[in-house]
Amino acid sequence: MMGRNKIATLISAATLALGASFVNAEDPLKVGFVYVGPTGDAGWTYAHDEARKYMEEQLGDKVETSYVESVAEGPDAERVIRRLAKDHGLIFTTSFGYMNPTLKVAKKFPKVKFEHATGYKQSKNMGTYFTRAYQGRYLTGLVAGKMTKSNVLGYVASFPIPEVIRGINAFTKGAKEVNPDVKVKVVWASTWYDPAKEREAAETLMLQGADILTQHTDSAAVIQAAESKGKFAIGYHSDMSAYGEKAHLTSTVHNWGDLYTQKAQAVIDGSWKAEDVWTGIAQGSTDLAPFNDAVPADVRELVEAKKAAIKAGEARVFDGPVTAQDGSVKAKDGESLSDGDLQGMNWYIDGVEGKLPQS
Amino acid sequence: MDFDLIVNILFATIRTGTPLILIALGEMVAEKSGVLNLGQEGMVLMGAVCGFMAAVVTGNAGLGVIAAIIAGMVASLLFGFLAISLVTNQVATGLALTIFGIGLSAFIGAGYVGMAIEGITPWEIPLLSDLPVIGKILFSHDPLVYLSWVLFGLIFWCFRSTRIGLTVRAVGENPEAANAIGIPVMKVRYGAVLFGGAMAGLAGGYLSLAYTPMWNEGMSAGRGWIALALVVFASWKAERILLGAYLFGAASIMHLVLQGLGFEASPNLLAMLPYIATIIVLVVIANDSIKAKLSTPLALGQPYRPQV
Repeated sequence: MMGRNKIATLISAATLALGASFVNAEDPLKVGFVYVGPTGDAGWTYAHDEARKYMEEQLGDKVETSYVESVAEGPDAERVIRRLAKDHGLIFTTSFGYMNPTLKVAKKFPKVKFEHATGYKQSKNMGTYFTRAYQGRYLTGLVAGKMTKSNVLGYVASFPIPEVIRGINAFTKGAKEVNPDVKVKVVWASTWYDPAKEREAAETLMLQGADILTQHTDSAAVIQAAESKGKFAIGYHSDMSAYGEKAHLTSTVHNWGDLYTQKAQAVIDGSWKAEDVWTGIAQGSTDLAPFNDAVPADVRELVEAKKAAIKAGEARVFDGPVTAQDGSVKAKDGESLSDGDLQGMNWYIDGVEGKLPQS
Repeated sequence: MDFDLIVNILFATIRTGTPLILIALGEMVAEKSGVLNLGQEGMVLMGAVCGFMAAVVTGNAGLGVIAAIIAGMVASLLFGFLAISLVTNQVATGLALTIFGIGLSAFIGAGYVGMAIEGITPWEIPLLSDLPVIGKILFSHDPLVYLSWVLFGLIFWCFRSTRIGLTVRAVGENPEAANAIGIPVMKVRYGAVLFGGAMAGLAGGYLSLAYTPMWNEGMSAGRGWIALALVVFASWKAERILLGAYLFGAASIMHLVLQGLGFEASPNLLAMLPYIATIIVLVVIANDSIKAKLSTPLALGQPYRPQV
């Protein structure tokens, strides 16, 4: 063992002496991924794994990837991340609960770069990233506001945390902009994932007059429920059109591929630095699934125009006037909510029905 | 609250209670024979994934249901072999079956995530479904709901007035004595466990073929555990299982409906409603705690080694 270590040290010293460019040509950058769920779940982890494959395609033999799936958030995560850190140059940890374990391991492996999804803690060799999914929500709100006949939209939500509330508010803002009479009814299922319960929540909303549904839970049960009752629905996380040929209008989808490619390229170039990246429509990390034929041409045009404006930085989702449900003004005309406001959002925008539960 | 809404709540109550009825009745039969199988969640998932896969491959949801039942039985056979023949600890074996079932169903079903099928559609029963109110609430469900009633009737009748019911109970109360009067204890226990597996598999098929026609990992979402608790609260009585399951269903529907009506309460609190309702009502029904104790199969969880 001793001898082998010595040889390894000698070789690495030699390669270092020969310069970084030589190393790049010889050794691919090893990129590790830690997933919270199984890759086949068609939701969150699925989107990350698709991005990993996309990165491999883009960078070819410059990178070599590996992943560990279904890693529980907690002590297990730290062990997995530590193991990956021993022979990887860049590690993506893709769930909020990995934040502290990632930070801990990052301190012990200063030469390895870490990227953590959805967290808020950074260090010299650990950055964070997230998508602005609410931009997609806003665009789907435009579709729903234009297409509703009953002026009641239904929203199956999971838990009252800022990420979910931001989605509800963005959706409502879009719908209200094109249809001032619209109301959004929210039902909290109190679960991220229980298809049967999500379906019952959807049916409850339809019973109370909602003719277009969307959800911030993980299964496609809401789409199925809408399909079986002849209503419309909008999906989330990935393209859910397979579950409702007639019902599915579009979905807000996550697209991490470009971000992963850029980050890996930056490590290879030596230009990587720890930062907080919140990308969205402009970078393509938030997008919409293809429209159903039922979506009229003028609605598509409107959505495309708004999307282009957001992409160009000419418009933002929470541009004022933004009025909260209780009548207080959150942003005046000409103002816009800051990223900080968005990250801590704990109030309903005007147009949402019912009271926001205290989490 | 308007009348239509109440009708719809009752209709949804039946749909929500159905998987619980199936799982709990199956587990009750196994427990009556003295075998405690905690593998419900695993068997339900095996049923759900195999039923869905069979329906996709054959294009026939009916064959899917049969496959679901068989999958549940195969899983319970594995449990039976370990717990009955090899006399392993029933609690540990059952838990292992749950973990095994969760993992295996995810593994074999990985390629089937995201597929859409039509599934089992409701059957309106002629004449009966035309009845006012009752017709909508009771007779416009999918066939598996009606099947759950038939199975309930069979099990209720079986334990009330047949020899088979007595035999199963005898084995669960005192296997040695049952053996002494010539009852094949092992066979009865195997039969009861296989029946429990078939019911759990059917419940899985109900979830993946009728309730939400799709396959996704862990889609039973803890129903196996709720059903296990239901058996105890219902003190091993089929009619109380039926009642408890519907109460549970009603409470979980109410939690969603009340929110839609603008009822102001924490949804987390409301989400507890079904659990609280089930416990309260079943405790009230069985308020005589000694009676409840007495209805527990005495040999429950105890392995039986036949004397050679």
